[in-house]
Amino acid sequence: MRRLLRVFLVASLLLGGFACAQAIEPMPFKDHAQELRFQHLTHQLRCPMCQNETLADSNAPIARDLRNQIFRMMQEGRSDDEIRQYLVARYSEFVLYDPPLTVGTSLLWFGPLLILLGGAGVVLVMIRQRSRAARTMDETPTDSGDDW
Amino acid sequence: MNRLLPFIGFMLLVGLFGFGIWWNTQHDPNAIPTPLLNKPAPEFNLPKLYEPAQKVSKADLLGKPYLLNVFASWCIECGVEHPVLSAAAPTLGVQLVGYNYKDPPADAKNWLAKHGNPYALLIADEPGNTAIDFGVYGAPESFLIDAKGVIRYKHIGPITPEVMAKELKPAIAAMLKEAQ
Repeated sequence: MRRLLRVFLVASLLLGGFACAQAIEPMPFKDHAQELRFQHLTHQLRCPMCQNETLADSNAPIARDLRNQIFRMMQEGRSDDEIRQYLVARYSEFVLYDPPLTVGTSLLWFGPLLILLGGAGVVLVMIRQRSRAARTMDETPTDSGDDW
Repeated sequence: MNRLLPFIGFMLLVGLFGFGIWWNTQHDPNAIPTPLLNKPAPEFNLPKLYEPAQKVSKADLLGKPYLLNVFASWCIECGVEHPVLSAAAPTLGVQLVGYNYKDPPADAKNWLAKHGNPYALLIADEPGNTAIDFGVYGAPESFLIDAKGVIRYKHIGPITPEVMAKELKPAIAAMLKEAQ
């Protein structure tokens, strides 16, 4: 019985492995460098369908189609920039995880800096107010004795 | 004044979150903007669903405006918009062209036999490669294309009665008025 269970476990593990391997269909890359380039590029691009996954990770049909298209374009010798532009022309800058600096995205790029500066301003004002309050306290003699 | 500061901060946060909720109910957060709006529709040359030997290209459809409706038998929301489209088709003012997306032809035909076929013309893109040129990433999606082949309006997701009345019909009316 225990042996049967073990066989079943091993078999299900193996089958599970096969199922995973089939979810990401193998692509006939020219060499390892091209495969790395493909992996790098698809990890930088966002799947339009399931918006919080990269093209590399997503299992949506459109992500598979776009991966195939990127693969085809790589075989044609297109550069990463050309492939990115191809996708942006069809799916807008939404597909880029690293948005370019434009007027429209300036708030995205500099917003955190503005918030940081605002916070620093508030802290500065507070420190000034406190030191002024401390100074007026110093000038008026206090005889309470308990300065803790 | 200092006592009021936390309250003011709290109210600012309430305002910010309120705006976030309002903003997300105003538009579909999953719809991504199409860069193709007011640009010429991409070239295509796709087989007809019922006569696969015959192909339809963009040039074949020039001269008459049409609504290109991307649908598939596997798409649940297509079943939601189908009655709306079917009811509106005769009075739409433009030709309704069905774009069968990533669908085995037999499935598509069964689906149309079951739900009815309001399309004046049906083209099939089973591999889904041409759809990439249209920026399609799911179904349903609809493109309003004018007589010159320019995309005038795009809707991602099902065409509900509300979308039909508030967006699609006004877009068609504006387009037809301009053409006169």
